[in-house]
Amino acid sequence: MTQAPDTTPLVKIRDIRIDGRSDETWLPIIKGVNLTLQRGQVLGLIGESGAGKSTLGLAAMGYTRDGVRISGGSVEFDGIDLLTASAAVKRDLLGKRIAYVAQSAAASFNPAHRLIDQHVEAPVQHGIAGRKDSAEDGIALYRKLRLPNPEEIGFRYPHQVSGGQLQRAMTAMAMSCRPDLIIFDEPTTALDVTTQIEVLSAIRDIVAQYNTAAIYITHDLAVVAQMADRIKVLLRGEEIETADTRTMLTAPVQDYTKSLWAVRSFERPAKPAVQTGAVPLVSVRNVDAAYGKEKVLHDVSFDIHAGRTVAVVGESGSGKSTTARCITGLLPPMAGQILFDGAPLPPDYRKRSKDQLRQIQMIYQMADTALNPRMSVGQIIARPVQFYLGLTGKAKRQRVDALLNQIELDPAEYYNRLPSELSGGQKQRIGIARALAAEPRFIICDEVTSALDQLVAEGILRLLARLQDELSLSYMFITHDLATVRAIADEVVVMKDGYVVEQGPKAEMFSPPHHAYTDLLLSSVPEMDPDWLTNLLVERGVDNIGDAAVNEL
Amino acid sequence: MIWFAAALLGFAAIAWGFRFAGQVATGRAPYFRDMTFGVAYGYIFAVAALVWLVWAYLQGRSPDPAVANKFFFLRIAVEGFIVFAIGAWLFRLLGRNVGTKGTKRLFRSMPLTASFGIMMILIYVFVAVFASFLAPYGQAEIIRGVPANIMPGGDIALGGNPDFPLGTDQIGRDILSRLIYGAQNTVGIAFATTVIAFALGGSMGFLAATLGGWLDQLLSRIVDVLMAIPSLIFALLLMTIASVWAPRLGIPQTYFMILIIAVIDSTRVYRLSRAVGQSIVVMDYIEAAKLRGEGMGYLMFKEILPNATAPLLAEFGLRFCFVFLTIASLSFLGVGIQPPLADWGTMVRDLGGFVNFAQFAPMVATPPLLAAGAIALAGRGGQFRGGLDAAPVFGVEGLT
Repeated sequence: MTQAPDTTPLVKIRDIRIDGRSDETWLPIIKGVNLTLQRGQVLGLIGESGAGKSTLGLAAMGYTRDGVRISGGSVEFDGIDLLTASAAVKRDLLGKRIAYVAQSAAASFNPAHRLIDQHVEAPVQHGIAGRKDSAEDGIALYRKLRLPNPEEIGFRYPHQVSGGQLQRAMTAMAMSCRPDLIIFDEPTTALDVTTQIEVLSAIRDIVAQYNTAAIYITHDLAVVAQMADRIKVLLRGEEIETADTRTMLTAPVQDYTKSLWAVRSFERPAKPAVQTGAVPLVSVRNVDAAYGKEKVLHDVSFDIHAGRTVAVVGESGSGKSTTARCITGLLPPMAGQILFDGAPLPPDYRKRSKDQLRQIQMIYQMADTALNPRMSVGQIIARPVQFYLGLTGKAKRQRVDALLNQIELDPAEYYNRLPSELSGGQKQRIGIARALAAEPRFIICDEVTSALDQLVAEGILRLLARLQDELSLSYMFITHDLATVRAIADEVVVMKDGYVVEQGPKAEMFSPPHHAYTDLLLSSVPEMDPDWLTNLLVERGVDNIGDAAVNEL
Repeated sequence: MIWFAAALLGFAAIAWGFRFAGQVATGRAPYFRDMTFGVAYGYIFAVAALVWLVWAYLQGRSPDPAVANKFFFLRIAVEGFIVFAIGAWLFRLLGRNVGTKGTKRLFRSMPLTASFGIMMILIYVFVAVFASFLAPYGQAEIIRGVPANIMPGGDIALGGNPDFPLGTDQIGRDILSRLIYGAQNTVGIAFATTVIAFALGGSMGFLAATLGGWLDQLLSRIVDVLMAIPSLIFALLLMTIASVWAPRLGIPQTYFMILIIAVIDSTRVYRLSRAVGQSIVVMDYIEAAKLRGEGMGYLMFKEILPNATAPLLAEFGLRFCFVFLTIASLSFLGVGIQPPLADWGTMVRDLGGFVNFAQFAPMVATPPLLAAGAIALAGRGGQFRGGLDAAPVFGVEGLT
C-alpha cells in the first residue's frame, strides 16, 4: 500500500493550536500539532476520547465545531491556506475535494430522502456531473463497495438498509466527487465485528483504487493497523509519536504508546472447574420472551455459578440484553423461569421482594444515562444504602465512603461532585459503587466497557475482577468485544437471533472446533497484525465475511 | 406603492455599494469578503428604518401641537424604550458586580432582553408587595372634594392637578393608586393560578409518563377534549356559570376564576411535562430506581422532577403571561376580578372610551393606555424571562 513519495504534500498542518470554549474561558484542545499527508496516503489518528482526534481531523478541512476556534498555526490543502481562504473558496473545496465520513451514518443521512438523491447532491451542486451521470456513477460505486443489489439499493430510504450498508453508502457518497482527501471519523465504531470487517475491506479497497488520501480517526488500534500507512498517536492535544504502521506496531518508542499496546494482555487466571451438582446462583431455564408479538428469545438456558463470570456474547439484536431484562424482571418471560439459588424468582420485578431485588444489580453501558445528572455522587450511592440497609446519618456516610474507597475514588474529593464533573471511567466506577451498595450476590454488566477507552476499560475490568475475588460476586457479562471476554470470563455463552448457539468454559470456546457462527465471530475480530485483513480476505474469500457470511449460516 | 418598490430597489443598490465599499476600505477583511447580499441589505434596511424613526421622533417634539400630537405616543414609546434599555443595562451591570459567583456568571451570559425581563418582574413584584405603602390613596377610595376625570399630567392649565399625576377616573378615584393596587390583584391572582396549573398539570403529566398504559390514554384524551375548546370562550362560559353559583355557595367569584383558568391552563402544562417526562423515564437511572423497588412518589419527585426543572421553569414564565392576559381579558369582559377591586383589565374597559381622543388630546387617552401598557409589559417581562430560562440551562446548573 506504500505510495511512491510525492514531493508536495496534500495536507500540511503546521503547529496548529485549537481552543474550546468552556466555562467562559478558552481552553486548549490541540496544543501545536504538525501533520503532513501525501497524496494517496492513509494516516491513522489514534488516542483516547478527548485527545483531540476529531478536532484535528476537522481542522484539516479548515472547519471547527461551534464553540471551538483555531488560535494559531496554519492548515494548507494543496497549497491553499484554508484558515484565510474565503467562504467561496472553501465552499468549492469542501464536499468536492475534501469529504467527511462521520461515525454514525444513520445520523448523517437525512431520513426523508432516498440514498441516491443524497448521493447526487454534491456532484450536482458542485457542477461536476449531471443528475443522471452521477446516479449511474453512484450505482457503480455501490457495486465497488460490494453493497447487495447495487442497482436498487439507492432507491431505499436510510432506515431501510442496515448499519453496515449505510456506512458503505456514506463512503460512496463521500467518493461521489472523487475527492483528494477523505476524513473517516470512527466509521466502524458503532458496528458489530462481522459487519465492521466488511466496511473496513470496502473502504480500504476504494481508497486504494482511486488513490485518495485519507485521515482515519479511531481509538481501535487493531483497526487502524489494517487501514493506515502511517499512524499518529495523540494524547491530550499533543502528538506522542508518528511512525509507519509496521514500525509503530513492532517498535513503539514512547511509554504511552507501549502502554496502549499492552492493554490487551490483561487476562485472569482460570478458576477451578465448578463441582458437579453444585446449585447455580442464577439459572436461566428454557426462557422464551417477546416484545409484543415479536419473539426475541427462543429457549434460552444457561447457569451462572457463585463467584464466576459468564460472558454472553453476540451481535446487536442477538438477545443478550433481552436475557438480562428477563433476569431482572423488566421483561417477564413468556415461558421458562429464572431460578435464584435454586428457588424460582417471580417473573415481574414488581412482584419481587426487596431482598430479591437487592441480590441482583445492574451496571449499565452508558454511564451518562445511568446516573441521575441532578444528584451528587454521594446521593447516588447513599440511596441504595439507605433503601436496602436502612442506614442513616453518620453510618450511611461511612458506608458510602467505604464504597468510594472500594472503587478507588477519594471520598473527600468526589462525594459532592455531580456526574457531569466526572470522566467516563469515573462515572462507570460510580455505577459499580451504586450496584455494590446494595450488597448483591449477582451483578449484570451490560457492555460496561464498550463506551470507554482501552486503558480506562482495562482499569474497570481489573476493578471488577478484584471486587469479584474480594466479595465473591457472580457476574453476567454482556459484551460484543471478544478481547473483554478473553480478559475476564470464566464461561462463555454465544447467542445469535435469540438462540444460544454455543456455551462452555472459556478455554474450550477459544479453541477449535467451533460452531460455524462462533468461528465467524472469532475470525472477524481485528488483530494487531497489519496483514491480518489481507490474509483473512485471501483465506476466506471476499464473499465469506461479514453480513454475507452470517446470512449463509 | 411605486415609491415603495423604488425605495426597496434603491436599498438594494445602496446595499451592494455598501458591501463593496466595505471590502475596499478594509482590504477584503473576512467579514466583508464573506458577507452575503442579504446581510448587507438587512443593514441598509435597518438604517433606513432607524432614520425614519428619528424623523418621526423629532416630529413628536415639534412645537406645533397639531404635528406633535400625531406622534405623541411614538415619542413616548421611543423615550420609554431608551429609558428601559438603559435601566436594563444598568441592572445587568449591577448583577454582574454584586452577588454570589453563580449569579454573577448568570448575569454575564445574559442578553439585555433577559435582564429587562427580570428587572420588570422585580419591579412588578416590588409594587405588588408594597402596594399599600406606595399608593397615595386606597384602591376603592372616592376622594372627597376632587372632581372626576382630572386630566393626567398634573398641568393645571390643561385641567390637571399636581396631587393626582395620572388624574382621576370617572367617579373620582386616583388612577395611580388603582394602577399600583392593580399590580397586586392581577399579578397575585395570576401567580396563584399558574402555580395551581403547574401542580396539577405537572404531577398528572409525570404520572402519565411514568405509568403509561390506560391511565396515560385516559388523561391524554381528557386533555385533548379540553384543549379542543377555545380556551377564552370556555373560560367565559364557565365563569358565567360560576357567577350564578358563587353567591349561592358564598364563595368569592375570584376563587372560581382561579380554579377555572388553572384547570384550562394545566392541560398545556400536562402536555409539556408528559413529553419531558417521557424522555426522562427511558433513562437507565430510572430503570435502576425501578429495579431497586422505589415507589412512584420517589420516582416522580426525586428522579424525574429535578431533571425537568429547566423546561418547566421556562414554561412557567410563558404560562404566567398567558394566565395574566386571560385574567385581564376576563376582567375586561366583566366576569373576572370584580369591582371595587382595582384591576388593569377593568380599568382598560372603564376608561377605554378616551382612546378616541388620542389624536387631538393625547393626555386624555393616556389612562386606559397606561393600564393596557402595564399588561403588555407584564406579558413581555414574563416572556423574556421564559426565553432566558430556556437558553442557558447549563449556566443555571452551576447554581444548583
